[in-house]
Amino acid sequence: MNTSKITIRGLYKIFGNNPHLALEHVRQGVDKDTLLKQHRHVLALDNINLDLQERNIEVIMGLSGSGKSTLIRHLNRLLEPTTGTIHVDGDDVTTMNTRQLRRLRQHKITMVFQKFALLPHRTVLENITFGLRLSRDTPTKDITQKAYYWLNRVDLKGVEHYYPAQLSGGMQQRVGLARALATDCDILLMDEAFSALDPLIRTDMQDMLLDLQSELHKTIVFITHDLDEALRLGDRIAILKDGALVQQGNAQDILLRPADDYVRRFVADVNRIKVLRVEALMQTNQDALATNTPDADSLTVTAGSDVQTLISRVLVSNPTSIWVVNDAGEKLGHISRKALAQTVVAEPLRATLQ
Amino acid sequence: MDWLEDFPQMSRESLRALQKSIDLGYREFSRNYGEAIENFFDPLLQFLVGLEKLLLATPWPIVILLLAAIAWLGSRSLRVVAGVVICMLAIGFFGMWEDTMRTLSMITVCTLLSVALGLPLGILMARSDRARAVLTPVLDVMQTMPSFVYLIPVVMLLGIGKVPGALAVVIYAIAPMIRLTNLGIRQVDPAVLEAADAFGATAWQKLRQVQLPLALPSIFAGINQTIMMSLAMVVIASMIGVKGLGQPVLKAITNQYFAMGLFNGLAIVLLAIVFDRVSQHYGKRLQKYREETGQ
Ligand SMILES: Nc1ncnc2c1ncn2[C@@H]1O[C@H](COP(=O)(O)OP(=O)(O)O)[C@@H](O)[C@H]1O
Ligand SMILES: [Mg+2]
Repeated sequence: MNTSKITIRGLYKIFGNNPHLALEHVRQGVDKDTLLKQHRHVLALDNINLDLQERNIEVIMGLSGSGKSTLIRHLNRLLEPTTGTIHVDGDDVTTMNTRQLRRLRQHKITMVFQKFALLPHRTVLENITFGLRLSRDTPTKDITQKAYYWLNRVDLKGVEHYYPAQLSGGMQQRVGLARALATDCDILLMDEAFSALDPLIRTDMQDMLLDLQSELHKTIVFITHDLDEALRLGDRIAILKDGALVQQGNAQDILLRPADDYVRRFVADVNRIKVLRVEALMQTNQDALATNTPDADSLTVTAGSDVQTLISRVLVSNPTSIWVVNDAGEKLGHISRKALAQTVVAEPLRATLQ
Repeated sequence: MDWLEDFPQMSRESLRALQKSIDLGYREFSRNYGEAIENFFDPLLQFLVGLEKLLLATPWPIVILLLAAIAWLGSRSLRVVAGVVICMLAIGFFGMWEDTMRTLSMITVCTLLSVALGLPLGILMARSDRARAVLTPVLDVMQTMPSFVYLIPVVMLLGIGKVPGALAVVIYAIAPMIRLTNLGIRQVDPAVLEAADAFGATAWQKLRQVQLPLALPSIFAGINQTIMMSLAMVVIASMIGVKGLGQPVLKAITNQYFAMGLFNGLAIVLLAIVFDRVSQHYGKRLQKYREETGQ
């Protein structure tokens, strides 16, 4: 389960006339700002080391300009790295020749774009078959059949002969998704794929993606600048700042143990109680387990439920103590009221509870 | 202070000598290679002569029917077809049928030639910034140079007749074809091109499936302009023996026959309208997606 599908090591990307010279400066400790002001080069990726695991939705997050798009475009080498390696299923993408690269893009890594990037002169059906026809590996009969299959999977039945501009944004991006999925690639790159959509449509698309993923188990690299989206979709989240990786972990890690102030500010506005799970709050040391014993008025919650649910139950039943149990009913830990209160309030107020 | 009042020009003799040496050099060139070049262009001559003969030999109702059919295939518009038929009938009624057929065949060949040469050059110019850097000034010169000037080297090389006429027309009219092909391809949304790359398209697949179809509006504007410019040049080319509607115009100028010039001029205008409407409608029809989506 925990196999790395994409392994990035020592990846730098510098934009400018002489990136290799600029790289020397960076290695000698010149920082991003100085490089831009004095050397007129943009340090877009700064020594990225990152593993992206098989069958996961791996989110890459960061503010605008932090290098997300640059990073994802290296995975299928739409951009050439200044230095570094990227292994996909063990093969180094950075050393592939044109032919190998085309095979990689046709059969292994596919992509969904922020602005959809559909072919405006082709119908929905023709757009979905675009990738399949390029490789010439699939017989025409199968191509049409496949296209209709994916058309139905993304709920676009009936519009197959429309042109993209006749569809709403949400529908266009479903065409984009179908076009990518029809290639049967294991890896799906999604660069802010839902960012251009209205909030409601966006949630629908997230649901559709989660639904598809529960069955397809692709390796999805999903870029977003929206933390709610990241928390909702990501099995793991990697956070970029100014081209450097600052933290990678699951939602609980990022919320509870932010690596630095940048991450802390990122997570400040998140509705934590919806995301955090009860295990994150419980104490498991022997003292806590021994001194507090469950009684008739105590509350038990199953591990894995979210804090929001717990709070609503606490407010209703006003228990004497709160216990986390596993599915078999065995006691795992205890949650203090103070810990719960600290979770609810925003960070600046938290100190007043100490 | 002489040099302030009179421009310090090279002496009359040396200027003459310079021009003479250029002319001599060119004459030398045309004496040595003229025949080879003439042979090279022989297929073009056959084509020009053949098409003209065919158009002249075909009974006029059939030609009109054929033109109507082409107009219909191109435009799918009854109005355009009716317009074409009326224009041709008017031309025939006023006694300009034969000259019009000659011009028609000339224009057809020149346009085909311009497209066949201009499209690849435009693609080259779009794909390589170096090619663009070379071609842009050349095209600028070609378009601003007075069109009569083209006649001189062509005549020196190939003499008077259809082939030099066609060459002069093509040199004059090809520029917009090249320019607008380049422009159309360069204007294609880079996001769509990136998508084609991301799905593993080859350069050729990208050109055929993405760039050319999306550049079509611009390419068709180029074809349209090329046709219009060929029509304008045909009159000038009549000075070097291209038969057709241009010759009566020329005659009208030298003899001050106003009505004659007007009629033949109007015939050229009618031909221009016919070509323009049919090619524009065809260009639009090729982009059905734009119509249906109201873009
Ligand atoms: N082609 C380019 N030339 C120069 N600088 C670039 C280029 N592409 C991106 N950059 C710069 O690299 C940085 C990262 O950009 P990008 O990867 O697009 O960020 P994000 O997707 O996170 O918003 C930005 O500072 C951007 O200005
Ligand atoms: Mg971006």
